[in-house]
Formats: sequence, structure tokens, C-alpha cells
Amino acid sequence: MAKVTVDGIEVEVPNGSSVLQACEAAGKEIPRFCYHERLSVAGNCRMCLVEVERAPKPVASCAYPVMDGMKVFTDTPVVRNARRGVMEFLLINHPLDCPICDQGGECDLQDQAFGYGKDISRFHEPKRAVKDKYVGPLVKTVMTRCIQCTRCVRFAAEIAGVPELGATNRGENMEIGTYVEKALTSELSGNLIDICPVGALTSRPYAFVARPWELTKTDGIDVLDATGTPIRIDTRAAEVLRIMPRQNDDVNEEWMADRGRFSFDGLKRRRLDRPWLRRDGKLVPATWEEAMIAVAEGFKGRVGGIVGDTVDAESIFALKSLLAGLGSANMDCRQDGAAITGENRAHYLFNSTIAGIEEADALIVIGANPRTEAPVINARIRKAYLAGLKVGYVGPKGLDLTYRYTHLGEGPEALDTDFLAGAQKPVVILGRGALTRPDAAAVLARAWALANPSAEWNGFNLLHHFGGQVGALELGFLPGPGGLDLAGMLAPGALDALWLLGADGFEASRIPAGTFVVYQGHHGEAAASRADVILPGAAYTEKDGTWVNTEGRVQRGFTAVQPPGEAKPDWRILRAAAAALDVAVPFDTLEQLRAAHPLFAAEGLRKAEPGAAPVGGALGSEPFALPLKNYWQAEPIGRASPTMAECAKVYLGAVPALAAE
Amino acid sequence: MALSDKDRIFTNLYGLKPWNLKDAQKRGDWDGTAAILARGRDAIIEEIKNSGLRGRGGAGFPTGMKWSFMPKQSDGKPVYLVVNGDESEPGTCKDRDIIRHDPHKLVEGCLIAGFAMGATAGYIYVRGEYFNEIAVLEAAIREAYEAGLLGKNACGSGYDYDLYVHRGAGAYICGEETALIESLEGKKGTPRLKPPFPAAMGLYGRPTTVNNVETIAVVPTIMRRGGAWFGSFGRPKNQGTKVFCISGHVNKPCNVEAEMSIPMRELIERYAGGVRGGWDNLLCVIPGGSSTPLLPKHICDDVLMDFDALREHKSGLGTAGLIVMDKSTDIVKAIQRLSQFYKHESCGQCTPCREGMGWVNRMMLRMVEGDAEIAEIDVLEQVTRQIEGHTICALADGGVWPVQGLIRHFRPEMERRIYARKGVPMPMAAE
Repeated sequence: MAKVTVDGIEVEVPNGSSVLQACEAAGKEIPRFCYHERLSVAGNCRMCLVEVERAPKPVASCAYPVMDGMKVFTDTPVVRNARRGVMEFLLINHPLDCPICDQGGECDLQDQAFGYGKDISRFHEPKRAVKDKYVGPLVKTVMTRCIQCTRCVRFAAEIAGVPELGATNRGENMEIGTYVEKALTSELSGNLIDICPVGALTSRPYAFVARPWELTKTDGIDVLDATGTPIRIDTRAAEVLRIMPRQNDDVNEEWMADRGRFSFDGLKRRRLDRPWLRRDGKLVPATWEEAMIAVAEGFKGRVGGIVGDTVDAESIFALKSLLAGLGSANMDCRQDGAAITGENRAHYLFNSTIAGIEEADALIVIGANPRTEAPVINARIRKAYLAGLKVGYVGPKGLDLTYRYTHLGEGPEALDTDFLAGAQKPVVILGRGALTRPDAAAVLARAWALANPSAEWNGFNLLHHFGGQVGALELGFLPGPGGLDLAGMLAPGALDALWLLGADGFEASRIPAGTFVVYQGHHGEAAASRADVILPGAAYTEKDGTWVNTEGRVQRGFTAVQPPGEAKPDWRILRAAAAALDVAVPFDTLEQLRAAHPLFAAEGLRKAEPGAAPVGGALGSEPFALPLKNYWQAEPIGRASPTMAECAKVYLGAVPALAAE
Repeated sequence: MALSDKDRIFTNLYGLKPWNLKDAQKRGDWDGTAAILARGRDAIIEEIKNSGLRGRGGAGFPTGMKWSFMPKQSDGKPVYLVVNGDESEPGTCKDRDIIRHDPHKLVEGCLIAGFAMGATAGYIYVRGEYFNEIAVLEAAIREAYEAGLLGKNACGSGYDYDLYVHRGAGAYICGEETALIESLEGKKGTPRLKPPFPAAMGLYGRPTTVNNVETIAVVPTIMRRGGAWFGSFGRPKNQGTKVFCISGHVNKPCNVEAEMSIPMRELIERYAGGVRGGWDNLLCVIPGGSSTPLLPKHICDDVLMDFDALREHKSGLGTAGLIVMDKSTDIVKAIQRLSQFYKHESCGQCTPCREGMGWVNRMMLRMVEGDAEIAEIDVLEQVTRQIEGHTICALADGGVWPVQGLIRHFRPEMERRIYARKGVPMPMAAE
């Protein structure tokens, strides 16, 4: 520890800290542009200059290491003049176009100009103008506003692992760009918008949409991948205008994947906003009353339920209660047919935790592409890799994970490896896709054995794909005693009636003719068009709900906007259906529902004891295949989103996917 | 007292004799190099410290002390000597003559200096424009390798040392030591933050010392003739001989090796044939390469050419490249041209330099025409103060000093132009 005196306040900071950190420890705010605590230090904006005793010149506090007994002054005439000088320089070539700039109101330059700017300009020369660059369909550039802080360059190179941004030319002609104009190939590119301190990099879909002070901010959870990124949903009236990450060092640090950030415009399109009934083979609009009568008439006999991948835990619990009340044990949440049993929670959780990846000393990824399945977790792996983690990979060859890895093989035979031998904290990341194989149980058992979990360190991790999958497993939405699983329910003649709660993840044509199908959800895809009754539900931004991420972390989101039209929060629909079916369920309010299951007791990580190892059979020889072919349009919201369609077109050259209507 | 030929280090500065190894050895190069190395690292550093040699690249840091910052004990990984031959300072052309006419002085110096700091390899970074000079240097290194003077068991001393030449691509900033290291690593030449200093973390993250060509090239002679001999020239703390580059409005522009602390007037009149049109036709002199502030004639009359004397007059010795300007010079335009150079050569990393240099240059352009207000001279001055000392490297300082020197010494000329353009008679003090 080093003792540092900042403006007379004595603080102790760890050796190797920067002067800026010492100043913050002393409660002194230091203005900065280029410095970002999760990026390397550039020290080039010169805004954070402070005076250090015995230093001949003011020093850049972000880059200057502390020394024991150092005396720092942050509020002297020298410091103030230096900062005013830098601010003047930043502003002379900055277009003062704040009224038409999307950063206005949340702009670091704007904020700090209040503190250090002059009220008049002494600059009478022509201003610089820079040609805008195309960097992809998500990030809009106005390069004249760029203050060359290079945060974006460092983010792309260090965090995202795609060193595609850089500076060309010298001096005042320096420009940030991709050298050869192209779309950034990162699934984390939206974060460039957040880290840009000015309006040079702004959101393309959000361009000229709103001002930050008009927005209502609601906390939510990103359910479009299994990371469980905490988000802030910015709304105005009944519309979601923007989604931004919140900070949680255990989960996302402060990053967010592009699909979660940009696909929300899919929430306004192709929505189910009123009940529909099938009459004479055709779906026709109906009232809620008619729909509930139809449910009461049709949903009986041998019934079963399937839940989708992004459903909130409350709704899943409500459906489970409804089915239990009807005496049915036919339940499944594994639309992909993954061989996950609910017996041991440790077998389906990301046990090492996301932050735990940084403690690991060797890591193997099996049958997953973390870069597209969970970009934020992939960034964490890259962070650990940069700190020395060695990474092995089992799966298709030639994948760019943004870090180097040892390719151990393409099929299960590669699981017979000593790559983790000698590691104190080995980590195995098994993709959920690897559990959809015929030899899934054997793969699971082998991966578990590789991780060799103990009570102190459990490095076995299953990487799920979507935000609702773990919640359903935690609630045990799996076949009960004597109950049918997904394949069993879809067998001809197995069921009389089937309840699909947001379940779009399997071929709807597998549902046998003659089965009475209730589809409840927010986007109508193939399964909805097969339904006999459609009950319009709420998307993840439109309801109070609980989601469990791949680690088993229970997190709660809140209602940012009301569901469109006549759609309602899903647990309410199920409660009403229970009444219509004359089934007793143990709740009338959301609070009662949450009181009925321990999962809802508290937010936070629910770790699992390792317990017994899974039992496997013989490994097959089929190479591992990756399940998600199209990152941008992996689920119904993404498929309804024009922004995601544009991304798919740019990055995959694909034609936009059409929903079956 | 002029420096006599026997005390000159660069005996082939003008290329009158061949540069090759055989002829260089006749001039005394590579004489007893093994014996010098045999004296050991500490003895060599001590000798250089005694000589009072200060870096010849512009900043004038004591060379012996710089070498002593290198790790004493090897950790088995490489340590580097980097020689800065990116001579880009306007008004300076000394390294060029050393490289093309006396390359073996440099090559031998690299060996001795590399040995003294425990380096495993040396890199000579030469600006790309010196194409023919690089060819000579590479040939000289080849000769040295063939003669067993470099490489494994260099000079039979038991010390392994490799030397490489790297061509720069023409950016002035790559003469800054950390930018040079970046460039050498294959990156964009932008100065690094210090600390860590190169002696702790330099080329490829390893301890590195960066020295100027001339600094290294004088080392073998100092080792042969002794630090005391070298230290006998010049004033205390400003010792030794130095290659001065005299250009501009003199009758015979030249490079000349003279003793330090020689009066500027003597230097110009003895070696460069005097100022065009006589000493009284002198307007001013930029004493140490373009980044040092100019000195008007009344200072030039008796100023000594060394670090401390020039510093007293708020200028500096820099690279000792004198740019002499007679009274026919448009001094505002001359300085404006320099500010344009620094605007063009700013790497663009730090805000004050990136934005400020363009501002200064544009104001200077208006000052040339007098298209400004009197108060803007003060704005210009303030802007240069706002730039100076607020950046990572010293390019910004060097870029604004010429302008500051102009305002300090030629403000009346700048005001005259402004009034003349306005068509207003210049106000005179009532006396």
C-alpha cells in the first residue's frame, strides 16, 4: 500500500495504482476522456492533468503510478489552466452541433465543458471536417465529432478481440476508422456507442429518436442469451426506444451483446396483440372471453405443456401449477431435446460462475461457439486469456473465438485429453448444443469427469442459449412421474391438448393433427399458426418477471411498457385459464405466486453442490455441430427485428427470415 | 583557439577518404577494441561518465548515467541498444555525414556501448530518406561481420553481439525515442507514456537504451583517448567536441566538428565563411535545429555554443544545427513555415499538440500577412503556453518554441505588419 496525499486528504491505495485512482479514493473527481477503467491506459486526452509535488510539469493522472508519500494537487491554478486549455483545444475542432447530436444530454464533452469550457471562442480559423465512416448497421459515425480518445480502438482490440479499428494519418488529420471501410465483425459492437465519450459513435437505429431526459428508465434483464445481462430499458410513452447494459461485475462488467441491445424493434412487429380462435379451420380474431371459453372447452383430457426459451419463471410456475391442477405430469422445457435432467442442479449450471473464469488456469470449450452463444461471456474468457489462461477447443475447426486456442479435435474422441492435467482450477464449458446428440449423456459424463469438480472448485459449466432455459429447469418444468417428454407429447395420439407457452423452438409440424393446441406468447411463428387458441402474452420488457441466467443467478426485471393491444402478462393469462378450467392454483397475485416457490425468495446467485457425477454411456463418433447458425436471428424477437435482419444481411449475406403467418 | 585536426574525432567527416573497413582502420577505428571490452562494463561506463559526454540528439542527457540505468544482472532475456538515426530535425545533417563517411565509428561504438549496457543486440534506426547512407552502413556492418568484429565472439572478446539496420518511413515523430521503439516494433510511431522508461521497458518490453548516432560514434575515440581528453574541451558540464551543422545565409554552409562552448560568432565566421553580407547583416540564428527558439543578432554577438549558455537565453543547443538568417529574411514567414512543419509532424495522440499545432499554424499564416488583431499576438502566445508541457512527448514543446522565440524577439515586426495591413500608422510611444 502507498500513502498518497491528495489536496491534503491522506489515502492509502495499493501499489501500482494510478494517481487518478488515488484521487478517486480521496473523493476528488478527475475529468477524463480517454481513460476507461476496463481498457488499457492511453493517456492522450490530457484532461486528467494534476500537479504532483516535485514534478516539473503537470502529469496525466491516469497514467502516472503512485509512490509512497506522494503529494497530489487537483485544484491549483496550474491544473485548472491546463484543463481549460485542453478543453479549449478539444472544442476548437469539435462541431458545436449539440442540438442535432444524439449524444446530447449524456455527453462527457458537454458535461465537462460546463466545468472547464470558456464562454467565448478565441478560434477564428476554419474548423476541421472529417468524412463519416461506415462501420456496420448498428453503429452510426459522425467522425467530425471525434476527439481521438481511442477508446473505441482499444475496446475493439482488447475487449472485443477484433483489432479492426485504428487511427490513420497524423496530427490533426488523424482519423479513426477501419482502414478499409467495412462492418465491424463483433457481436459486442454496440458497446462502442457506450464508451464513446462524444457523439462520434452513436446508435444507428436510435438516431434522432429521443433525448435522454425524455426517457423513462426501467431495470430489466436481457433474456436473448443466457448471460443474463442486466439492462436498462429506456422508454417513452408505450415504446421501447433503447436498451443499454447496467453494470454488474459478476455478470457482464458493463458490456452487452448486440442482439440484446438492438433486437427490441422486433417487439413492435409481428406481435400477437389480441386473442385468436380457430373456426372452421381458419384463425379469426376473438375476445378474451371467447378465448377462455374455448380453452375451457378444449383443454381437457390428456393434456401437456411445453415452455419456450425466454419465458419468465413466474409464468412457467403458473403453467406448471395449472397442469398439476389438471393432474398432468406431461411437461417439458427442452425444445431442443437436450438431455438435461433436473436431478442434479450442478449438471446444468455454469458452476464456475462467469467471474470465476478469471480464476481458472485452463479451460476447454466443448461443442459451443461462446462468441455467438454468449458474447459477453466470451469477452470474459478473452480477458482471462489475456491474463494467461490457456484455452482448448473441441468442435468445428477454424472458428474465430477472438483468442487463440488449442484445437483438440472435432468429435467426442477429443474429450480424451490431458489438456486440463495439472490445472488447479480447470474449467469446462459444455455447449447446450452438445447435449442434443444421441450420445448426450456420455458427453455430459465425460465433460463432468474432465472438469473433475470438488466441493472447493466446480469448473463444470453448461452454457445455455437463452435467458429462460435455466429458470424452467430450476422450477422443474420437466416430465413428472409417468409424464411424457417433448417427443412423447408429440407422438401421434399421445395427447388431447397441448399448451405452448412461448414455445417456438421446435418444428410445429411435429404436433399431431387432432391435438388441441393453445399457443400463449408474444410473437406468432409457426407454432402459433398451428394453434387452435392464441392467447397474446407479454415480452420480457412488458412484465415483472424473474429470469435465471446460465450460472443460476436469479434476477428480476420490471415492466417498462405495457403489452400491446389486448395482450397481458403471461402469469395472469394462466391464472385466468385456471379459473376457466376450474383448477385451484395457490396464488391470486404475483406476490402470492412468488411466495409459492423458493426460487423467487431472493435475487442472486444460487450455487449448486457438485453431488454425484452424471452417468453416461458410450461416446459416439459424430463431430460436434454448432446449433446457432444465425446469431442475429436466433429467436422470434430477432427474427421480427428489421435491425437484426439488416445485420444478418450484412454479416451473413442471408435474406431476412420470414415468420410463417 | 580552434580545435586542431589531431583532436578531431570524425576525421573523415567530409568523405575525402574511403569509408571502408581497411581505410577506417588506417584512421584508427577498430584499434584495440577487444582490449576496451576487456576493461569491463563498469569501467567503460565510468570512462564515459568521466568524459562528461551528453546526448547529442537534442535533450543532452548525460550518456554515462543513461547507460547505468540498464540492468546490471542479466535475467537471460534480451536487452537492446537502439541507435537513433532518424535525423529529421530541420537544420540538422550531422548523422548523415557520420553514417555515409565514417560508418565504422558508429558500428564500433554500437559494439562498445552495447557491451557496456549488456545488450544482446543493437538496432540502428535510420530515416528512410537516407537510402544511400543505409547502403553504406549495411555494407560497413557486413564488413565488420566478415572481419569477425561483430556477431559471435565479437573482436575475439567472447561477447556475442548482433547489429541490425532498420529503415524508417519518414515521420519526424519517429525520432522521439519511444515512438522510434513503437515504429521499430512495426506499429504506428506514437510516443509512449513514461514511466515506464525504456531502460525498464523498451523495445519488445525489454530494457532498452536509445542513443543518438553521434553519441555512439564518439564512444570508441573516448575510450581510446580517455574521458579526460574528451572532457578537456568546452566548459564544465558542456564538455567535448561536437559536430555543428551550419546552414542558411552563410557563405559556406558546412558540417564541422568543433569544441563545445565555442562562441557562435567564431563558429560561423571561422568555419562557415561568415554571414552573407557580413556579420552586421545578421538578423537572427536558430542555434540548435528548428525546435529551438531563435536568437536575435545582439545575443548572437557573444553567446557560447553549449547547453547552458543557450539555455540562459531561453533557447537550447538541441542538435547544434545552426540556421543563420540575414536581414533579407521574412522572419515571420520563416517561423510560420516551421510551425507548419510541426503541425504536419504531430502524431495526433495528445489533444494539445494535435489541435493546437493546427491552430498555431493558421494564426501564424495570418500573422505573415498581418491579417490579425494586435491582441491575437497574445492569444497566439497563450496558445503556445497551453500546448507546452501538457503532452506526452516533447514534440509539442519543440513545435511552439520557435513561435515563442519569434514573439519574444520580433513582436514589433509582427505588429508592424498588422498595422500596415490595416493602413494605420504604427503608434509610437510619446517621449
